[in-house]
Amino acid sequence: MNHSQPQGADYNYTVVRQFALTTVLWGIIGMSVGVLIAAQLIWPQLNFDTPWLTYSRLRPLHTNAVIFAFGTSALFATSYYIVQRTCQTKLFAPKIAAFTFWGWQAIILSAVITLPLGITSGKEYAELEWPIDIAITLVWVCYAVVFFGTIIKRTTSHIYVANWFFGAFIITVAVLHIVNSMAVPVSLWKSYSLYAGAVDAMVQWWYGHNAVGFLLTAGFLGMMYYFVPKQAGRPVYSYRLSIVHFWALIALYIWAGPHHLHYTALPDWTQSLGMVMSLILFAPSWGGMINGIMTLSGAWHKLRTDPVLRFLVVSLSFYGMSTFEGPMMAIKTVNALSHYTDWTVGHVHSGALGWVAMVSIGSLYHLIPVLYGHGRMYSSNLVNVHFWLATIGTVLYIVSMWISGVMQGLMWRAVNSDGTLTYSFVESIEASYPFYFVRFLGGCFFVTGMLIMAYNVFKTVKAPKESLPALAEA
Amino acid sequence: MALMTDFWSIWISVLTIVVIAGCFILLKLVSKNTTGVEEGESMGHSFDGIEELNNPLPKWWSYMFYITIVFGVVYLALYPGLGNYKGLLGWSSSNQSIGTENGIKADSVAAIELAAKEGRWVQYDQEVKRADEKFGPIFKAYAETPLEELVKNEEALKVGGRLFLQNCSQCHGSDARGSKGFPNLTDNDWLYGGELATIKTSILNGRHGMMPPKGGLPIEDSEIKGLAEYVTKLAGRDHDEALAAQGQASFMKGCFACHGMDATGNKFMGAPNLTNNVWLYGGSRGAIEQSIINGRSGVMPAWKDVLGEEKVHVITAYVYSLSNK
Repeated sequence: MNHSQPQGADYNYTVVRQFALTTVLWGIIGMSVGVLIAAQLIWPQLNFDTPWLTYSRLRPLHTNAVIFAFGTSALFATSYYIVQRTCQTKLFAPKIAAFTFWGWQAIILSAVITLPLGITSGKEYAELEWPIDIAITLVWVCYAVVFFGTIIKRTTSHIYVANWFFGAFIITVAVLHIVNSMAVPVSLWKSYSLYAGAVDAMVQWWYGHNAVGFLLTAGFLGMMYYFVPKQAGRPVYSYRLSIVHFWALIALYIWAGPHHLHYTALPDWTQSLGMVMSLILFAPSWGGMINGIMTLSGAWHKLRTDPVLRFLVVSLSFYGMSTFEGPMMAIKTVNALSHYTDWTVGHVHSGALGWVAMVSIGSLYHLIPVLYGHGRMYSSNLVNVHFWLATIGTVLYIVSMWISGVMQGLMWRAVNSDGTLTYSFVESIEASYPFYFVRFLGGCFFVTGMLIMAYNVFKTVKAPKESLPALAEA
Repeated sequence: MALMTDFWSIWISVLTIVVIAGCFILLKLVSKNTTGVEEGESMGHSFDGIEELNNPLPKWWSYMFYITIVFGVVYLALYPGLGNYKGLLGWSSSNQSIGTENGIKADSVAAIELAAKEGRWVQYDQEVKRADEKFGPIFKAYAETPLEELVKNEEALKVGGRLFLQNCSQCHGSDARGSKGFPNLTDNDWLYGGELATIKTSILNGRHGMMPPKGGLPIEDSEIKGLAEYVTKLAGRDHDEALAAQGQASFMKGCFACHGMDATGNKFMGAPNLTNNVWLYGGSRGAIEQSIINGRSGVMPAWKDVLGEEKVHVITAYVYSLSNK
C-alpha cells in the first residue's frame, strides 16, 4: 500500500483524527445502550424503576447515538479524509471544519442529556427538540461549506465517485432534516410538528427512510468507494456502473418512504408509488455491492491474510442482503406479514450492524494507522478477533429477529375455524423471549468487539511514530 | 372522496414518469461504451492512487433492472399510483365513500352495495364479505341457542374466551380479574347484575357508571374523613367508631339515594355495594377519600356495532361462566 502524499500536499488530519476517535467512543456507548434495552425486553426490572432508564427513553438514545454519533462521526472523519486525498488539496476553511467537530459533539451531548430526561418531539430518528434541531442545521451547513469548498478548490480534473455519494448525502440530509423538523415551539423544550395527521406521517417517513437512504446508504457507499479499492490495492471495477447506480439510487430512494406506511390512512396511490419505487431501487442498490466486490477480482487471496479487507467485503455482503430484503419487504403482500414485527428490527440491524458498522470499522482500521503515522494497527490479530465477534454478533442478531419476526407475523394472523384469532398479542410476546435472548447475546458479541477495537486503537495511537510498519504482503 | 387538484395530480404523475423513464434511458445509454476507452481498460484518471476500469454493466444486473422497471410500469397501470388515476383493475384498499357523519351502519351498507354494483374491487369490503360468509353460520347457530344452554357448550365457551382475549382483556385482563377502574368479572359481585340477560345488555350497549364529586351533595371538605371512615365500617373493617358516626350523618345527606339505605348499592344505576369490601377504585382510606372528593366516571363501550349481537351472545356465555362454574 502506498500512503505517500502526492505533491507534498499537507492535509488537515486534525479534524479527521478527532472524528475517528469519537466514532469508536460513541460506537461503544450507543451499542451498549442498545444491549441494555435488548436486556430490558427480557428482564424489564433492568429499568431500576427510574424514569430516565426506561426503554421508552433509552431507545431513542440508542438510535440517535448509533446513527448520529457513531455513524455520522464516521462519515465526517472519512469524508474529510477522502475529499482531501482524492481532490489533492487541503480542507477548505479549517476553522469551520474544527467548528463542525465541536458543534457536532455538543449536539450529541445535548441528545445524551435531553433524551433520558424525556424531552422529545416524538418523531422517530428526529426526536431532538427544536433548539437542537437549529444547532444541527447550523453545523450541517458548515459541513457542506467545508466539503464543497474543498471540492471546488480540488487540483484533480474529475470529482471522484466517493465524493458524489458524500455530496448527495450532505445535501439531501440537510433538506430532509429542515423539512421534517419544521415545528411550532410552545416552550424551550417542547414543540409540535407543523404537519398533521397522514401528512405528518408521510413527511416523517419520507425523512425516516431517506435517513437510511442518504445517510446510512449513500454516505457509507462513499466510504466504501475509497477504502475498498485502497485496501484491496485494485482499481474500481466499473466506472459506468458507478454512474448508473449513483444517479438511479439518489433519484429513486427519495420516493421509497411510503412503504413504512402500508395499510395505513395514507392514500392508496401513495402506498403503491412507494412500493414501486422501492422495488425499482433494488438493482441500483446492488450496483454498489457489485462494484465493491468485483473490485476485489485479482485480489481475493488477500482476504486470507487481511482482516481489514474481510470487514469491508463482509459489510458489502450484508449490504447486498439487506438491500435485497428491503425491496421485498416493501411489497405490500410481504409487508402485511412483516410490518410491526421483529423482522423489521432484524432488517434494520442487518444494515446497521452488518453494513454501516462493519464498513466503518474496516475503514477506521485502514484510516487510524495512516492518521498516526503507522503502517498498520497495533495488533492485526485483535482486528481478526474483532471481525469474528462482529460477524457472529450480527448473524445471531438478524437470524433471531427473522425467526421471531416471521413467528409473530404468523401468530398475529392465525385464525381458528370460527374466525377468531388463535393467539392474543401477549402470547406472541411470550413466544418471542428466547429470540430476545439470542438477540441480546448477539449484541454482547458486537459490543465486545468494539471494546477490543478501542484497546487496539489506543495502543496504535500511543505507539511511537512509525514503530508499526506495514506487514509484507503475503 | 377527497381528490387532489388536477395540478397536483399531473405534477406527481409527470415526476413519477420522468424518474422511471430516466432510469430506463440512463441504463440504456450507459450500456453502450461511449467513453472512448476500450472495455476493461482504465479510464485514465487516478484519485489518490485509485483508478477506475471501464468494465461493462453486468448483463444479469441490467436485466434485473429492466425487469423491475417493467414490473413498476405494469403495476402503476393496474393499480392507483399516478395521481388521481384509478388503475385498470378498479382496486382500492377500502371504500372511500363510507362516511361517518350520519350513523355508520346505514351509510356503509349503501356504499358497499353501490361499489358492488359498479364492479369496483374494494379489498376490505370483499375480505369482510368472505369472512362473513365463512364464519357467519357458526355464530348464527350460537346466536339461536338460548344463553342458558350455551353456557353448557364447551366449544362455545372456548370461542367466547378467545373473543374475550382479543377484545375485552385490554381492560379486564386476560384472566378477567380486572384492574383499578375495570371490574373483576370472576368474583360474583356485579355492578349492574350478573344475570345472563343483564350481562348481555352491558356488553351490547355499554355502561357509563358515574358518581359526581361528593355525590353532587352539599358535603363539606371537613366531612370527607368521617365519610371515608363510615364507608370503611360498612365494609366490615377496623374503624374509629366516633368518626364513623359523623360519617353516617353525612351519608344521610343523600348518598343513600344511589347506594341505598343499607349501602348495598343499586344495580339499575350501577351504584356499587359498599358493604362487601370489593373496590373498583381501591379500598384504602386515601382512595376512598379521592373517590368521594373527585367522583368517579367509568365507561364500558358498546360492542353492538363493533362485534355484532351474535358474537356478544357468545361472549356473554363466557363471562357468565367465569363466576358460575
